[in-house]
Amino acid sequence: MAESTFMLEIVTPEQILFRDEVQFMVAPGAEGELGIMKNHAPLVAALDIGVLRYKNTSGTQKKMALSGGFMEVIDNVARVLAETAEHGEDIDILRAKAAKERAERRLQAREDSLNLARAEMALKRAISRLKAAEAL
Amino acid sequence: MAGAGVREFKRRIRSVKNTQQITKAMEMVAAAKLRRAQESAEASRPYTETLQGTLARLAAVSFDVRHPLLDKREDVRKIGYVIVTADRGLCGAYNTNIIRTVDQSVQEDDRNLETGIIAVGRKARDFYRKRGGVDAEFVNLGDNVSYADAREVAQYVMNAYENGEVDEVYLVYARFVNALRQIPTVTQLLPLETPEEDTSSESTRVIDYLYEPSAEEILLTLLPKYVGSQIYHAMLEGKASEHGARMTAMGNATENAGEIIDNLELAMNKARQAAITDEILDIVGGAEALKNA
Repeated sequence: MAESTFMLEIVTPEQILFRDEVQFMVAPGAEGELGIMKNHAPLVAALDIGVLRYKNTSGTQKKMALSGGFMEVIDNVARVLAETAEHGEDIDILRAKAAKERAERRLQAREDSLNLARAEMALKRAISRLKAAEAL
Repeated sequence: MAGAGVREFKRRIRSVKNTQQITKAMEMVAAAKLRRAQESAEASRPYTETLQGTLARLAAVSFDVRHPLLDKREDVRKIGYVIVTADRGLCGAYNTNIIRTVDQSVQEDDRNLETGIIAVGRKARDFYRKRGGVDAEFVNLGDNVSYADAREVAQYVMNAYENGEVDEVYLVYARFVNALRQIPTVTQLLPLETPEEDTSSESTRVIDYLYEPSAEEILLTLLPKYVGSQIYHAMLEGKASEHGARMTAMGNATENAGEIIDNLELAMNKARQAAITDEILDIVGGAEALKNA
């Protein structure tokens, strides 16, 4: 299967979080999920807050929580840029749950529109982190 | 007896030696932190460069993009300065140089407008607090610059800009060249100027990308991230510069202390020698007097 893999890079401002050959990936595109395989046409796509899935060379599926960003695919290298990204297995489920509840409380309190928008984003991030950690 | 003079010298030498030990330790700590700061700056490069490259490419194929952060304002009333300094002193002229650069930049601007200060780092805040106050402050950020901190600054700046509190924003920080040289730099942050495509490299080969959604829409979502990445970059450079400046300043202090110790030791030896000579003269004088008696 080695010949059907391509390079996936997850880049955050602080580090290159992940850089390895993968067989297949699904990214949370702004307008729906985007599946990428080897020999994909050059692509630039905006990404939403959500979960990125990929299948590594041994065929195991892995998940990662992204806080939105964009992705560029060219010459069998998919580079994902996100302000924050976390491996599913690294996510602190308790913290993510607490963040989700906090955001939900804030949404119910219905403060001014700016805080509401921020709470909505926080809720979305918390949900995607829980999904990536397979706790939801 | 003259022994008291020698004792005084010994006390002073001990005191300078203590100071020297502290400056020496600070120099070594700064060197280690500088290395770490440079590593984080290095680690942030792939993100910054890809973001810039993609923005430039998107800008080249987008037409008629409108975004509040791109709008140049006709009627500019207030200019914001985001000033990145250290939280602590003992780093030579590092903080002073940055603040002086801000003052210069304000003076050179002949429009004579109101200025707003967004202080990143305690030294900038303390300075401007005494002179008219700061609009916002981000202090005690620690030695490890985190992107979350940079994003908070970016969020504040973008809000202030979009609400019309400021009409132009400049970013002031010290660019790191090496431990001996840090150049205070002023760059325009807002309104945003999208980066130009680097036409010199081979990366300019024309590629027909698919855009999902459109190039224009992706560009718009990336603009706020570009502001964040620029501020993060400035904070990383500033941190490396701070440690570099501190390392050099403390190195100089250690050297100066060594010089003072040398001088004091010389003076002490002279004093001791003089005391011995005095004593010999006393004894010789006494013996002469006895002989003549």
